[in-house]
Amino acid sequence: MAFVSIRDLRVAFDGVRVLHGIDLDIGKGEAIGLVGESGCGKSVTWLAALGLLPGKARVEGSVTLDGQQLIGAPRSQLEQIRGARIAMIFQDPSSSLNPVQRVGRQIGESLRLHRGLRGAQARTEVLRLMDMVGIPDAKRRIDLYPHEFSGGQCQRIMIAMALAGQPDLLIADEPTTALDATIQAQILELLSGIRRETGMALVFISHDLGAVSAVCDRAAVMYAGRIVETNDIRSLFAAPAHPYTQGLLRAIPDIDASRARLVPIEGTVPDPAALPTGCAFAPRCPRNSQLCQNYAPDLKPQSAGGVVSCFYPVEADQTAMSQRQEVWA
Amino acid sequence: MFRFILAKLVRAFLTILLVVTFAFIVLRMSGDPAQIMLGPDAPQDAVDAFRARWGLDDPLWQQYLAYLQQILSFDFGVSMRDQSPAIKLVLERIPATLALTIPALILKLCIGIPAGVYAALHRQSVADRGVIMASIFGFTIPSFVLGLVLVLIFAVTLDWLPSGGQDSWRHAILPIATLSIGGIGILARFSRSAMIEVLGQPYIRTAMAKGLPWRDVVWRHALPNAAVPIVTLVGFMVGSLIAGAVVVESIFSWPGVGRLIVVSVANRDLAVVQCLLLVIAASMVMANLLVDFAYGLLDPRLRAKPAAH
Repeated sequence: MAFVSIRDLRVAFDGVRVLHGIDLDIGKGEAIGLVGESGCGKSVTWLAALGLLPGKARVEGSVTLDGQQLIGAPRSQLEQIRGARIAMIFQDPSSSLNPVQRVGRQIGESLRLHRGLRGAQARTEVLRLMDMVGIPDAKRRIDLYPHEFSGGQCQRIMIAMALAGQPDLLIADEPTTALDATIQAQILELLSGIRRETGMALVFISHDLGAVSAVCDRAAVMYAGRIVETNDIRSLFAAPAHPYTQGLLRAIPDIDASRARLVPIEGTVPDPAALPTGCAFAPRCPRNSQLCQNYAPDLKPQSAGGVVSCFYPVEADQTAMSQRQEVWA
Repeated sequence: MFRFILAKLVRAFLTILLVVTFAFIVLRMSGDPAQIMLGPDAPQDAVDAFRARWGLDDPLWQQYLAYLQQILSFDFGVSMRDQSPAIKLVLERIPATLALTIPALILKLCIGIPAGVYAALHRQSVADRGVIMASIFGFTIPSFVLGLVLVLIFAVTLDWLPSGGQDSWRHAILPIATLSIGGIGILARFSRSAMIEVLGQPYIRTAMAKGLPWRDVVWRHALPNAAVPIVTLVGFMVGSLIAGAVVVESIFSWPGVGRLIVVSVANRDLAVVQCLLLVIAASMVMANLLVDFAYGLLDPRLRAKPAAH
């Protein structure tokens, strides 16, 4: 039974719809990736679920947590859920921490809020959390300010802060985008490790398919405010059914074919205020037809597993499939 | 930390020196004190005697060096008018000015900042629009107009309050109102934009995502960050506690520092004007030093780095 269940979630800013009905289930302890270009609605989905969007956003649909409706829930109820049941970490760790407050205090704030820990007890727990996320010499650095830490360490502190509330689900919103490649790998490893230890569920939002494959079991690909394909991570890489997913995969450099040209996806993401009538991807799609331009396809289950919203899904190519599997296994 | 303070003090000293020098030169280029003091019909030998008495015939650089030597030994000269020490004349006037400017500053802080913060927290609401309109009204009306309008309404038409003088606390109401209204407007507008800027920062979203109640997000995360730019502006206001009421004191014939500036500049009473400028410059520099230290307290990123070893 899904523990978080999103049904037909729609969001509009100033009358412009940016999310067109998202359906997504997250099981207990599951790690799911949310993939897509900037502005496709990956973050908005979760900010809407937690009531963190600015007041001008209009949110419709349903998000339930163990059957409890979050959309339209009173502020006090959402405050009980944020941080305690669902925690979130963000893209730019350095500016996501309060610059004028000591990091220990920022982590401790969550402990006081969700676990009622104070004073020496809280401090001990903060130190344990800082150790756990791999901040060296935590005893000495607990009273430092965010600007005295590197970007990667700030993200570790953000993770410690998120873990302080012992959440059932962690939303990681592009947690590695602002970091160097080596630091990126460390943070991904940390997230996977924590998930193994605590058994919490993870939603990993990223435009980086490689990063998603490193931490997730399953991924949903989003385009222009819709989920266009969902599948388990291996099948998604091996046999992308949506032309957009295929395009994303082709744009990843392959380490074995160093000289091969990357194939970009032609065109740009459509303006949410002027979406095409049919499938939003049709203008950029090599497989589009009259049908695609007039009608938007629904998400349909595929014989090879997963769901995809495309009238002309890409058929699994056996050779490509095995190659991909080798690279990404 | 010691080097940081020392550097600040050296800079403060240089600023004051610059002000003093500038005042010295400008005052001596802008008319002959002897002529102005004694009047246009004074006999030539009286003028000559006056010039000799005050050393006005010496070369400018000699006068300047003598003056510097004087102030370094804390001798601020005597008034050309009645021979009383300039510093005494200035210090005598300060309490009267502070009696206006300190209540005005308190009003600015207690009304301006909460109004601005409230407006920022209720953006686009009726209250927000009201605060914006009122603050534009407040800081665009020059104090000489506002003062006269207030006199016209409350002294002339309604006859509730006196229009000038310093006989009772009721005499202070209109000058304080005139002084504070502009500052309230500026501070409200500034606090509003500082707060809006901070509320858009990622760490506010983090604080909310943590599950903090909104009240705590505002008090613990937004306000301490918004305080940094607001302190800058408050620092300016503190710096002008002594010299900020020139116009208002003139309108309400309030015998403070501002009146003394106007009178002694008109009379070219050199020692008094120079002494006034020195005291004003010193008060502004002090306010700036306070702001610098406040920055350090409020924002760890602006704290002095410990010296490298």
